[in-house]
Amino acid sequence: MADTSTTTAEGHEHEEDRRDFLLTSTIVVGAAGVALAAWPFIDFMNPSADVLALASLEFDLSSMEPGQAVTVTWRNKPVFIRRRTAAEIDEAKKVPLSDLKDPQADADRVKEGKDEWLVMIGICTHLGCIPAGQKVTDSKGEFGGWFCPCHGSHYDTSGRIRKGPAPRNLEIPPYAFTNDTTVRIG
Amino acid sequence: MSAAPEWKNPVVKWIDHRLPVFTFTHHSLIDYPTPRNLNYWWNFGSLAGVVLVILIGTGLFLAMHYNPSVDHAFDSVERIMRDVNYGWLMRYMHANGASMFFLVVYIHMFRALYYGSYRAPREVLWFIGLFIFLAMMATAFVGYTLPWGQMSFWGATVITNLFSVVPFFGDAIVQWLLGGFAVDNPTLNRFFAFHFLLPFVIFGLVFLHLWALHVHKSNNPLGVDIKTDGDTIPFHPYYTAKDAFGLGVFLIFYFAFAFFAPNYLGHPDNYIPANALVTPPEIVPEWYFLPFYAILRAVPDNFIDIWGILPILVTAKTAGVILMFASIIVLFFLPWLDRSPVRSAKFRPIYKQLYWLFLADCIVLGWVGANPPEGTMLVIGRIATLYYFVHLLVFMPLLSRYEKTRPLPDSISAAVTPQGSSQSAQAQGA
Repeated sequence: MADTSTTTAEGHEHEEDRRDFLLTSTIVVGAAGVALAAWPFIDFMNPSADVLALASLEFDLSSMEPGQAVTVTWRNKPVFIRRRTAAEIDEAKKVPLSDLKDPQADADRVKEGKDEWLVMIGICTHLGCIPAGQKVTDSKGEFGGWFCPCHGSHYDTSGRIRKGPAPRNLEIPPYAFTNDTTVRIG
Repeated sequence: MSAAPEWKNPVVKWIDHRLPVFTFTHHSLIDYPTPRNLNYWWNFGSLAGVVLVILIGTGLFLAMHYNPSVDHAFDSVERIMRDVNYGWLMRYMHANGASMFFLVVYIHMFRALYYGSYRAPREVLWFIGLFIFLAMMATAFVGYTLPWGQMSFWGATVITNLFSVVPFFGDAIVQWLLGGFAVDNPTLNRFFAFHFLLPFVIFGLVFLHLWALHVHKSNNPLGVDIKTDGDTIPFHPYYTAKDAFGLGVFLIFYFAFAFFAPNYLGHPDNYIPANALVTPPEIVPEWYFLPFYAILRAVPDNFIDIWGILPILVTAKTAGVILMFASIIVLFFLPWLDRSPVRSAKFRPIYKQLYWLFLADCIVLGWVGANPPEGTMLVIGRIATLYYFVHLLVFMPLLSRYEKTRPLPDSISAAVTPQGSSQSAQAQGA
């Protein structure tokens, strides 16, 4: 403190610069430390390893008949599995892409050579309801696929949105055939 | 000190005119007049505040993954350790944070004992501090039950059974505390509820503690009152910077445990799931309760034969429980047990020696508490317990009367500035 009174105007200026530098660097290092310390707290709330470990599911398709639909639970969400009839596949394939709100060919929604099997997350892309159409008695909507009762979205036999407020086609989860009759979802 | 600051920011000015939070903060954290001679022992109050915030923060997050049910509690803690992202860090910060909280608060309390910070006019400040300490003990105890290991279960059993010594209603009180006939799911649920609530009670008490502190300001190593503005410096930047530096050093110490020796302060038996049919060979509390545990077990079984009084009401067990609670209650009377004209041990040549003896006695009690109460250990424990009370109840009043204290400096500034150095040099040389 005693030094300050004896320094020249220039020297005083210089000291202010050094002090500013110390203050700024302290704040920057402190802020970086706080940000680094915040990350474990944020990540703590993310899905844990045991939740992620339950994230895949195997399903045996051998007992399903053409036209039959089954709903399984994957990551706490319903997954629609449908063994489509030849008529349904034809219908899905001949729709021109220009008619679609979210254009996607039927071939892009099934595995190659497995046209029969449609595997989708059964959650309406509008506001998250579960569309009807899995049960024989359900309304399947105007396009023979699924119909969401919440706000009237109609999906076709490829699970694509055709009419109603939903913006996108029903989502396809990551899945693969482990053999001819078994599918692993996730 | 200085008048209310002029706020330039119109929003700040508008709010401050209606609710003077900015002026309040300015007065209590920025230009708050603080004795200019505080040493590093005065860092521990702010450290305790920081640890409390860390404990509440980590505790809140742990509660998001913890499951307070006897069927799931242990597993949910192990799940936090193994599966939850950074769960190990969160739990080790919390468990070691509890140890650090007690360590910091013990140092804070022994600082108050050395420099006479409990003396008038700071008695209420001292009381609130003791209430914080009691709330901490309750919080730590119920919190230790939550992992539902063997030590959790049997610690909860032993401590709740202390209340069975209450005459006539003892058993009823224990059943009421447990919500059953033994420690079980209702106990775990209520302990979790209290473990969540009590830290916020502590937080409120800390505000009262600071309020009381700011009335008469901090004590200081000389123990003399603040007399002029020259005796003080503003809290910011002097003590904000010093507290921040101390915090950095403390965090290195704290995280050395959290990262490199996270279970050093814990007991391995608590990694065995609670079993209501098997008691571990030896029940030991966490280190911060060991001195009190030693006092609890110090009373001889033949106590009654020696004294021959009230053999029905006062058994050895009862007397041990009474002594343990008395060891804290007696601290409330300290401002009146110590009537010395001088606060700081710096100017009390005999008290200064006895202070270190008392500190050593508390450490001996802790060491005894960690060992089985047999043979020599038991004898040492009894002597140390006796000395604890003799120091506070006999030596303190006697010292106040007969100790010849050294002369006090005229003021803080007289003792620490060049003008006053000749006086203080004489005092040091004495």
